[in-house]
Amino acid sequence: MSFRIPCPQCGERSVYEFRFGGEYSKRPQPGADEDEWYQYNFVRRNEMGSQTEWWYHRLGCRQWLRAVRETRTNKVIRAYFPDETEQTDRGPG
Amino acid sequence: MRQLFRNDRMWRAHELKGAYDVVIIGAGVHGLATAYYLGRRYGVRKIALLDKGYLGYGASGRNTAILRSNYRTPEGVRFYNASLKLYEELSAELGWNLLFSQCGHLTLGHTDTAVAGLRVRAETNQLLGVDSRIIYPAEIQKLVPHIDCSDRPRYPIMAALYHPPGGIIRHDAVVWGLARACDRMGIEIHPLTEATGIRVARRRAEAVMTNRGAVAAGTVVNATAGWASTICQMAGVSMPIVTHPLQACVTEPLKPFLDAVIVSASLHVYVNQTGRGELVIGSEIDPYQSYSMKGTLPTLEQMASSALELFPQLHNIRVLRQWAGICDMTPDFAPIIGRCEELDNFHVDVGWGTYGFKAAPAAGRYLAEWIATGKVPDIIAAFSPERFRRRRLVGEKAAAAVSH
Repeated sequence: MSFRIPCPQCGERSVYEFRFGGEYSKRPQPGADEDEWYQYNFVRRNEMGSQTEWWYHRLGCRQWLRAVRETRTNKVIRAYFPDETEQTDRGPG
Repeated sequence: MRQLFRNDRMWRAHELKGAYDVVIIGAGVHGLATAYYLGRRYGVRKIALLDKGYLGYGASGRNTAILRSNYRTPEGVRFYNASLKLYEELSAELGWNLLFSQCGHLTLGHTDTAVAGLRVRAETNQLLGVDSRIIYPAEIQKLVPHIDCSDRPRYPIMAALYHPPGGIIRHDAVVWGLARACDRMGIEIHPLTEATGIRVARRRAEAVMTNRGAVAAGTVVNATAGWASTICQMAGVSMPIVTHPLQACVTEPLKPFLDAVIVSASLHVYVNQTGRGELVIGSEIDPYQSYSMKGTLPTLEQMASSALELFPQLHNIRVLRQWAGICDMTPDFAPIIGRCEELDNFHVDVGWGTYGFKAAPAAGRYLAEWIATGKVPDIIAAFSPERFRRRRLVGEKAAAAVSH
């Protein structure tokens, strides 16, 4: 089902303006072991329900944002820019 | 008279027993094929197939019923070809007409890069004895007289990968035929029986909880598509899977004019004409992950405009239905089949993305062998769940992303 995302910069816009960046997960720190990288690179929770995920507003403000979405109904509960203090999480790359 | 029909039911209803040798979650075409081959080849009959919906509710009834084996990797080609061979015999084996039409399958290339990719596939296919070759517009036009091979489209057709044994089958018939055969062997099919949890102890999946009570199991198989992650989570097994919707539509019936399956990865569309004359048009997966099975207008527009690039004369045709199914995508576009490292008796047959239907007989046949003998069959060894940890991916994206 098609839906809209309330971009914190541009307001409510069609999902087709955005690029989906996958579910949110913490990037391992330098020196992390192989298992941590395996989890980060491959394993997905693939939540059926409320999920925090990355979106890139490619046809708008061109910023990476995070959204909390209900994956059964595609209802976006909220969208926000990641906290400036989270240095290691600037988007999924 | 009424009694006559009652005796000839395709499958019967059963009380859910307390224990089975094998419990298969998901009674779609994969679960049914696994049960069928377990029963027929290995004499395992104490099997329960559990499904949360009715038979064919999920991917088994939502796919576009295309069969082919012209994949990219040697592992993939060998495996899908085994599946195609099993499909060829399946009607006779089940005593049930599956309406399999091997009308031929064409994957179009509209750019140099696409044609280079098709060439690699043609070479790999030929080395493994699969009938598959590159053909050019003159021959494409002969095979498909109504396709637009001119310079008019933005991306004219440059070449195609022609795969004569590919074609379409009646997907509901496959589900019903397998279900009937399973039922005749005494295998129990339980629709409207949803797995709600899995009891795990001593590295074993001991029992499956359902809305109709708990069932103890010697072996548990997760043969779901779309919900594979949720079932694996019940057993504490993590999976490299994301679920995306995939949409298709069907037009009003037309006089038969298209006797081949047409796929274009560049235009993200595939088209075939059913025996009833309807055109089945499918697209690529939705660009975001979701469990929603509702269609969207942008995708319908994209399917229509791409189909018109290939067949401009269809511009007045009406669409009858549009639907979506959900697909478990893996990082390498190859399936995940086998026993999970975390548990000793929990097998998965998941991650079937957009290519599961055509693979069902082979997946069922070889997973059954694995379960019955405890040995890993060579042909599915490359698709094991541990391959991601070992960095042994089977890169099938070039042949599986859009070309269903």
